Amino acid sequence: MTTDTAAKTPEAGKATGNVKHMNMIEAINSALDNMLERDDDVILLGEDIGYFGGVFRCTAGLQEKYGKTRVFDTPISECGIIGVAVGMGAYGLRPVPEIQFADYIYPGLDQLVSEAARLRYRSAAEFIAPMTVRSPFGGGIFGGQTHSQSPESIFTHVSGLKTVIPSTPYDAKGLLISCIEDNDPVIFFEPKRIYNGPFDGFYDKPAKSWKGFDEAQVPEDYYKIPLGKARTVTEGDALTILAYGTMVHVVESVTRAKGVNAEILDLRTLVPLDIEAIEASVEKTGRCLIVHEATRTSGFGAELSAMVQERCFYHLEAPIERVTGFDTPYPHSLEWAYFPGPVRIGEAIDKLLSE
Amino acid sequence: MSKPRDENADNQAGSNRPKLALHVPEPRYRPGDTVDFSDLQISKAGDQPRPDETAEASETYPLCNDLIRVLGDDDKAHGPWDPRLDADTLRAMLREMALVRAFDNRMYRAQRQGKTSFYMKCTGEEATSVCATHALAGDDMIFPSYRQQGCLIARGYALTEMINQIYSNKADKLKGRQLPIMYCSKRLSFFSISGNLATQLPQATGFAMASASKGDSRIAATWVGEGSTAEGDFHSAMTFATVYNAPVIFNIINNQWAISSFSGFAGAERATFAARAIGYGIAGLRVDGNDPLAVFAAERWAADRARANGGPTLIEHFTYRAEGHSTSDDPSAYRSAEEQNEWPLGDPVNRLKKHLIALGEWSEDQQEAMDAELDAEVRKAMKEAEKNGILGHGLHHPFHTMFEDVFEELPWHLEEQAAQAIRERQIKFPEDPAE
Repeated sequence: MTTDTAAKTPEAGKATGNVKHMNMIEAINSALDNMLERDDDVILLGEDIGYFGGVFRCTAGLQEKYGKTRVFDTPISECGIIGVAVGMGAYGLRPVPEIQFADYIYPGLDQLVSEAARLRYRSAAEFIAPMTVRSPFGGGIFGGQTHSQSPESIFTHVSGLKTVIPSTPYDAKGLLISCIEDNDPVIFFEPKRIYNGPFDGFYDKPAKSWKGFDEAQVPEDYYKIPLGKARTVTEGDALTILAYGTMVHVVESVTRAKGVNAEILDLRTLVPLDIEAIEASVEKTGRCLIVHEATRTSGFGAELSAMVQERCFYHLEAPIERVTGFDTPYPHSLEWAYFPGPVRIGEAIDKLLSE
Repeated sequence: MSKPRDENADNQAGSNRPKLALHVPEPRYRPGDTVDFSDLQISKAGDQPRPDETAEASETYPLCNDLIRVLGDDDKAHGPWDPRLDADTLRAMLREMALVRAFDNRMYRAQRQGKTSFYMKCTGEEATSVCATHALAGDDMIFPSYRQQGCLIARGYALTEMINQIYSNKADKLKGRQLPIMYCSKRLSFFSISGNLATQLPQATGFAMASASKGDSRIAATWVGEGSTAEGDFHSAMTFATVYNAPVIFNIINNQWAISSFSGFAGAERATFAARAIGYGIAGLRVDGNDPLAVFAAERWAADRARANGGPTLIEHFTYRAEGHSTSDDPSAYRSAEEQNEWPLGDPVNRLKKHLIALGEWSEDQQEAMDAELDAEVRKAMKEAEKNGILGHGLHHPFHTMFEDVFEELPWHLEEQAAQAIRERQIKFPEDPAE
């Protein structure tokens, strides 16, 4: 039994082996493949992830390669999936449970909030829950109410949980490997709108694939991206934009189209947050826009806004702006009226820059 | 749409059916009632067949509606479930059960004296933890609820450590973070107790699945009250256990009461708790939870079954919660005070004592001497623990420890908050620069 796979790792950082074009699904599959290979204690479980390879193909081929006791299907029971993963962690395994859609994580909430998140604390570190809960999240796919939600703020509010959201294939693999090796429970939300290609928010134009993007050049070998570190997507001095997941790409396309010299930070990890990167950027630009798909009230944007206000108050030249989903359940037919797209983001940028 | 209903009509038009009636269960006896348990079906000791550990789960169905009993009214062991334990083991179990009771009594008084905030006794249920633990291997993983102090005591946990935890003092291994009695000991394979009911059931199943996936020999055993079987986690644990044939034992302690709700609110009026196992394809046993030999025998049967890849077992321990739910509870507000004395299965400590006397291996004098010795042992442990402080008397862990172990490493936001807590402390206690 191993509780510290990091100790087995000769070095963290970029891999030197073959680099291949991968979409985000293939990059996640590659991360899982690497970790199953490296660490006998890594075990994958979830609905339809075994023989079938997952409804989004993220676990395709892994059961065949590693066997049914390493990669297996579960009953349709989210509280069961998370609950048994806590017990597996207590034994010494490093489980990677999948919840098919983030919208269906709620039956597992008691096990996540009351158990996984608190186990290290309440046992004074005698028992830990080194699990990574993978789950597709976010909208923009006509998923309606129960295939589009972005519930990250429910988890960022829980002490003891880490929350990680990638926005590129390269990051998805490197971050997922870090999550699996981390000894704390991590919620790893995969923005399913950008599984196959970056989404720029212009839903009426043809969908792009990851082909031709540098971020889709992914090493086949093991590498890590540290948790708690943001990625600077573009450097700029007109304003700072804080985003994660799908919205990173939407924001980038809007600022490019408007010719705004924005500094875009892809937060990557919401807890623990890269506060230094945020402070440095806002102190430089004096303006801050926060963008997320999740509903507005008590969303993670509120936390970001409060922190920027507390820490960068004397550098701010305009009130902090938030562009988010509306405070409604995620609608089906009115998806593009709900989605925080180019118009809403463009307005907020204009407002920020006019003050 | 049909026409509006006339709510005053005795019958709906066109039907002679009675009105629907909601059934809300009611316990048999409320405060002041005279208690009569004479109609309770109590099986004769020794009459229950003992199937082979490899039997199909469905073959155990008759045992789910019976009551496995070994100790008869003559204080002797009867029938195929007699585990034929040697006198030393019997005396060890008697001693541990008596120690649990002595410990409970002293800790209850300590709470009343203000030395701690909270306590929960397990009076009348000592066999269900102590004797079940004796039937397991020392490294089988125990996933307890909050009324299994007997498991820890049976595994030899130091009383002083337990009291340090109850007092949340500076020697408390859990650093004063947990409510009293929420023990944890990885060394003794005793999982961290959670306040959230039934969460340990899928966790035990997961541990058992992990052990099986590694080809290990350890099994998991978990305990839960009958009230908590109503939680969704009970269903998910049973489903996962049967799907993966997990080597896990589910001990349901049916002590008749979930705080003020009698077992009818968990479904006891319609079926036994053991019988639920059969619908999942899991072996079920229903035992006299106040019969130390029956409890041991059933647990050993289930452990042997699990270890031989026979899969999970659910054991319903039929017992009675002789005291209040906790130090915050007054049972005289919802049940008859006579119930405890009228309970037809007697007292587990007394029954094992009488059995040993009947075997010529024990005496009332020895019992008396042992009880005095155990009480002294508990008091000595209390004195030892009190040197490390009692709740609210200043001897606690340093403030910074409040922020540790939330994560493996302290993130910046917790470092900031720790600094604030320590700053506040210096303002409140400027004369004491410690920490």
